[in-house]
Amino acid sequence: MKKDIILAGVGGQGILSIAATIGLAAIKKNLNIKQAEVHGMSQRGGEVVSHLRISDSQIFSDLITKGQADMILSLEPLETLRYLPYLHESGWIISNSEPYTNIPNYPDLELVYNEIRKYKNHVLINADEIAKKLNAPLSANMVLIGAAAHYLGFEPQEIEDAIREQFSKKGEDIVNVNIQAFREGLAFAKEYIKA
Amino acid sequence: MTPNKLLLLGDEAIAQAAIDAGVSGAYAYPGTPSSEILEYLIDSKEAKQKGIIAQWTANEKTAVEAAIGASYVGKRTIVAMKHVGLNVAADAFINSALTGANGGMIVVTADDPSMHSSQNEQDNRFYGDFAHIPILEPSNQQEAYDMCFYGFQLSEKFHIPILLRITTRVAHSRAGVLHKDPLPQNQISLPTDLKQYILLPALARKRWSKLLSIQPALIDESENSPFNKFIDGNDKSIGIIASGIAFNYVMENFQGANPYPILKISQYPIPEKLIKKLYNEVDRLIVIEEGYPFIEKMLTSFLCDNLKVEGKLTGLLPREGELNPNIVAQALGLPNIEGKDVPSIVVARPPSFCPGCSHIDSYNALNEALKDYSKGRVFSDIGCYTLGATPPFEAINSCVDMGASISMAKAASDMGLRPAVAVIGDSTFTHSGMTGLLDAVVYNAPITVIILDNSTTGMTGGQPSHANQRLVSICTGLGVNPEHIRIIKPLKNRHQENVQVIKEELAYEGVSVIIPTRECVQTLNRRMRAKFKEKGENK
Ligand SMILES: Cc1ncc(C[n+]2csc(CCOP(=O)(O)OP(=O)(O)O)c2C)c(N)n1
Repeated sequence: MKKDIILAGVGGQGILSIAATIGLAAIKKNLNIKQAEVHGMSQRGGEVVSHLRISDSQIFSDLITKGQADMILSLEPLETLRYLPYLHESGWIISNSEPYTNIPNYPDLELVYNEIRKYKNHVLINADEIAKKLNAPLSANMVLIGAAAHYLGFEPQEIEDAIREQFSKKGEDIVNVNIQAFREGLAFAKEYIKA
Repeated sequence: MTPNKLLLLGDEAIAQAAIDAGVSGAYAYPGTPSSEILEYLIDSKEAKQKGIIAQWTANEKTAVEAAIGASYVGKRTIVAMKHVGLNVAADAFINSALTGANGGMIVVTADDPSMHSSQNEQDNRFYGDFAHIPILEPSNQQEAYDMCFYGFQLSEKFHIPILLRITTRVAHSRAGVLHKDPLPQNQISLPTDLKQYILLPALARKRWSKLLSIQPALIDESENSPFNKFIDGNDKSIGIIASGIAFNYVMENFQGANPYPILKISQYPIPEKLIKKLYNEVDRLIVIEEGYPFIEKMLTSFLCDNLKVEGKLTGLLPREGELNPNIVAQALGLPNIEGKDVPSIVVARPPSFCPGCSHIDSYNALNEALKDYSKGRVFSDIGCYTLGATPPFEAINSCVDMGASISMAKAASDMGLRPAVAVIGDSTFTHSGMTGLLDAVVYNAPITVIILDNSTTGMTGGQPSHANQRLVSICTGLGVNPEHIRIIKPLKNRHQENVQVIKEELAYEGVSVIIPTRECVQTLNRRMRAKFKEKGENK
């Protein structure tokens, strides 16, 4: 088993919490993981990317080889496009559709979506909207993980266990809402693929 | 994961190794990608229990000097900085090789090829060579742990400091790390020769001879180091030397099954015998290293002909930027199939000020105060406030090295530029700005120094700032006329008032200091969240 995942977003969106959840699920399964983070300059509203690698054998490089990523998991649609050179031809794009428009020259959103739709293997999901409907705007990340869950190499239950552990300190309510968000994402992706 | 395996950043692995190796004192000035080393030590309960001193210092020079002092009394000590920090600390660092180490001493340099958050991409292995001390260059997080642990032993074996060099991807990538049983700390024991640390010429010459005399033993140590590995391969058409993290990129390409012989180098001085052995066996010798062509250049000094050597100097690998698996694949002539190109509609998303940042209001006021003068008279420095160079502000004209703003503005005014302005952050000011301000005071230079006081070292993640609550007394103490030390509050509704203050000081023919004072929004939020949490827990 090997999963190379590019996590993308804008500084402050919380891609590291996504890495933490998936990483925890991997550790609970005794898999090897490596996760390259970004700190410093790039965090201030700029583009951020993290390379998350999971494998049952030894992982050498901290960086994913371009053309080899199994997935781009992105909190922001424009950021999704930035890392396409990393994606393997059979890889998946799981992308939030909600734009983060902190730049004056943000391209036409439809053009951005069209680029994503060019890939057969993609899920375009408005994770923010789904999270807001759950009254949990901070759980958009979990919605997105849900949407990715089918292609992460884990059983949904294994990821739920990781979410439970990750949020257990914050109380049962927080755990439940995050698991709910995860399930919404999971269900959405199932429908999306069928359509 | 087995129970004693921790998921750690390379930085954190180094910090944990220091704890386990019996460190007593850790000193650092923040700088990406090194800051998490001291942050980990400050936050570690274990370190606290063991009474380990973990402190931020005013700058990298005082950090290295502190380490020399801790080592002098026989304790183990570690000091950490980003690559350019070693320029600031170079005097102390180079001389520490002459004084030698009494307690084990490790200097960590975190280099930043590709300049993810830096103003250059210097390769500090050259500093290790310059100082004539061993360099350790781990290839991954486990080695970062193991080599830091081992580094203390090496330091105490040869009584010299050790340079531990990592680059961004080792520093800021997480992996499972196994740790060792902890060693006790050293007791205080002063050097047996109480003249050892007195580098008067006559004594320094002896220390220099001694340092030179152990060089062959250091090479020997490298030849036999468990971290320098010769991995044989059947195909001798190519031989590969890969140092530090470059080794991972090579192995990633071969997925662990290399056809060519590989020499992995993680400990310096370079193991000459191992290199010669490889050189004699192969048709081409490819050197792959992260940073400058350090090993590649060294090869010329002891291989009588280096015609077979290829690397950055011969153009096989790029001179600029960090390595990655794709660059290494190309150099090795392996297939390299990248994904689709980035669509042409994609635009850059550069970093920007956080919403509500006090620097925004400071720059708006400064720009307005200066609007009747021609552009190009604002010298600045390194920190979040350097983003003032970007639109819509375009408020500053320089960023060279920490503290340069004040000295540059002073000299520009010496040369006749009026007004000349320096803009510097509070932490940068106490790092290296105070001495420049003293120069300005001594010559009564007509400059306006704006010290942006957001009570933190913002750029590197909000570490405490030595300037906190001390700026007025520091400036007064350095001799700035108290009437020309003006504190303003950078807020939108104070804009006119602030513009007025700046205009007045621009007109003053002497040193003035304006201190816009308002807390960083990031640290403010963090403080509020912690307070909120505390309240919740006390309920
Ligand atoms: C010699 C050196 N050491 C450390 C750094 C890393 N660094 C960049 S900016 C900065 C601190 C800036 O803090 P401050 O001056 O208070 O400004 P702020 O970011 O809070 O606006 C540091 C430590 C550096 N660039 N050079």
